[in-house]
Amino acid sequence: MPVGAQRKPRKRKKTRGNAFYLGISAVSVGAVLTLWWIASRNAWVNPLFLPTPADVWYAFADIAKEGYKGSSLPAHIAASLRRIFIALAFIFVTAVPLGIICGRIRWIQAIFDPFVEFYRPLPPLAYYSLLVLWFGIQDTSKIVLLFLSGFAPLFIAAVHSSRRVPVDRFNGAKSLGAKGWRLYVYVIFPSCLPDLLTGLRTTVGITYATLVAAEMIAAVSGVGWMVLDASKYLRSDIIYAAIIIMGVIAILIDTALRLLIKRVSPWVES
Amino acid sequence: MTVEGTSASMPPRGAWTSAPSVDRSSVTTETEGAEGAEGIKLDGISLTYNQRRSPVHALKGIDLDLASDDFVCVLGPSGCGKSSLLNIIAGYLEPTEGSVWIGGTEHIEPNAQVGVVFQHANLFPWLTIAKNIEFGVKMARLPREERKRRVDAYLELVGLSHAGSQLPHQLSGGMKQRAAIARTLATDPSIVLMDEPFSALDALTRESMQLHLRSIWQKTRKCIFFITHDVDEALLLGRRIVIMHPNPGCIVQDFMNPVFVPEGEVSFSDARAGKEFVELRRFLIAQIAVGSESGSEIENVSRSGADKRTALL
Ligand SMILES: Nc1ncnc2c1ncn2[C@@H]1O[C@H](COP(=O)(O)OP(=O)(O)OP(=O)(O)O)[C@@H](O)[C@H]1O
Ligand SMILES: [Mg+2]
Repeated sequence: MPVGAQRKPRKRKKTRGNAFYLGISAVSVGAVLTLWWIASRNAWVNPLFLPTPADVWYAFADIAKEGYKGSSLPAHIAASLRRIFIALAFIFVTAVPLGIICGRIRWIQAIFDPFVEFYRPLPPLAYYSLLVLWFGIQDTSKIVLLFLSGFAPLFIAAVHSSRRVPVDRFNGAKSLGAKGWRLYVYVIFPSCLPDLLTGLRTTVGITYATLVAAEMIAAVSGVGWMVLDASKYLRSDIIYAAIIIMGVIAILIDTALRLLIKRVSPWVES
Repeated sequence: MTVEGTSASMPPRGAWTSAPSVDRSSVTTETEGAEGAEGIKLDGISLTYNQRRSPVHALKGIDLDLASDDFVCVLGPSGCGKSSLLNIIAGYLEPTEGSVWIGGTEHIEPNAQVGVVFQHANLFPWLTIAKNIEFGVKMARLPREERKRRVDAYLELVGLSHAGSQLPHQLSGGMKQRAAIARTLATDPSIVLMDEPFSALDALTRESMQLHLRSIWQKTRKCIFFITHDVDEALLLGRRIVIMHPNPGCIVQDFMNPVFVPEGEVSFSDARAGKEFVELRRFLIAQIAVGSESGSEIENVSRSGADKRTALL
């Protein structure tokens, strides 16, 4: 150090634990809840639009204990999750192989591309009435609707990730004796898996968003149906309770997927 | 020094002490003895990259015979077609003319007969080191016990017995590269191609990898086709040295390495200090520089590259 030079105090990058940020989130949620509580308590807003947190809690407790319109709360949740998971399972077993093959083989992609590109931007509700016409008003049409709304994002993720498998990795596998379907099963699919699970997160989001629409027609169960049914009777407490239930379930599913991604691809920097 | 089963000729002794002049027509490529069942033969390989404006003649008339236990180091200025040649031997690229023969059959598509070690280890990131090494053996549908035996043997060969259950991203660069070498050797290829496999490693790791590779070669006697930018590396490892020049890429020198230590413990620092080694290195650097000057478009780039190389030594 030259004579007389002053060493500046070095600014250290602060590293904080996750707990710090979780704390901030907790405080901000608490603040909003408090605001809600104050606003509804003092009737700043018509209670029809904004019930008090207590009302919502009682509505929830009531549904949890007594059920809603003939089914218990777990039965409603199960009905919705069943539709979603059946749809997701079908999406995964079709969109992934098809997308991967389309990503690797141009002429096969040329067959499917026009259809996917055409229906992808359509709002699911636009073709829902057709699906009801074809598949009836039972669960089948709902599952098909969820399937169609969630298929495209995963399909596209599969196409892109299979196209992006590093050339060296692909060539290297061939030089180790892999060929034909074994390249797909042992090299391309695992290469794509992290991207596929990320795509699955998008797909889950979209199917979930379509759920309420799916349960609009001829349903007697499901969380989405609960919201719609309660709105007919202006039971905003139940609407709020149902929405919060839906939100929490969504967060749980997404967290599970995130953990799964971390688990199957620990080498991917997140 | 004569080694049976190779076609290479030595440069005349002392030739490299005088100013080098390259006469491409004088390069000896007569073939004899290497056409055994195990040998690898490159027959009149030419490659033209079809680009819209001007086709790039990357390789022209490459003939090369490799014995089944050769260790060939390929040197040449950047852009002289070394990687292109390797890709052709591997079967990744189709030559515009010529063909690759392995053990009497033409090699057209990549398969386990020709192993490849890349500059970056290129391991499957979702498989443990042991599973990576097992990959090729599994593809060959060998029975389970045999697979296990091979995995253990090759882990041991590259000194990674303790790391078998790790995932690649948990390993250092040198360890990854050793795992990649083990994975390639485990399928028992006829030839192993390496494209600057150690150039991404730091100097110390590189030297230890060179020693490793050297001892692996002594144990397995696999044919190794080793591309490098590093003249020292070529002199220390190569039993035979091939020099390529660009525009179009061709072989201008092909000789048995006179400072190669054929057997036993090798001390690289001793080898480097030898007078012949130093002279040979100077000769090779000059040879490579001549090649890079003969390029027209790439002249400046590669000349500065050659200068840097000289300056470093
Ligand atoms: N895909 C390609 N398309 C067109 N030209 C290419 C392609 N790949 C390589 N070339 C050209 O072919 C020539 C040889 O390239 P190559 O990569 O084989 O050289 P190299 O000797 O491996 O160089 P380096 O030492 O820098 O790795 C170069 O002139 C390069 O520009
Ligand atoms: Mg190269």
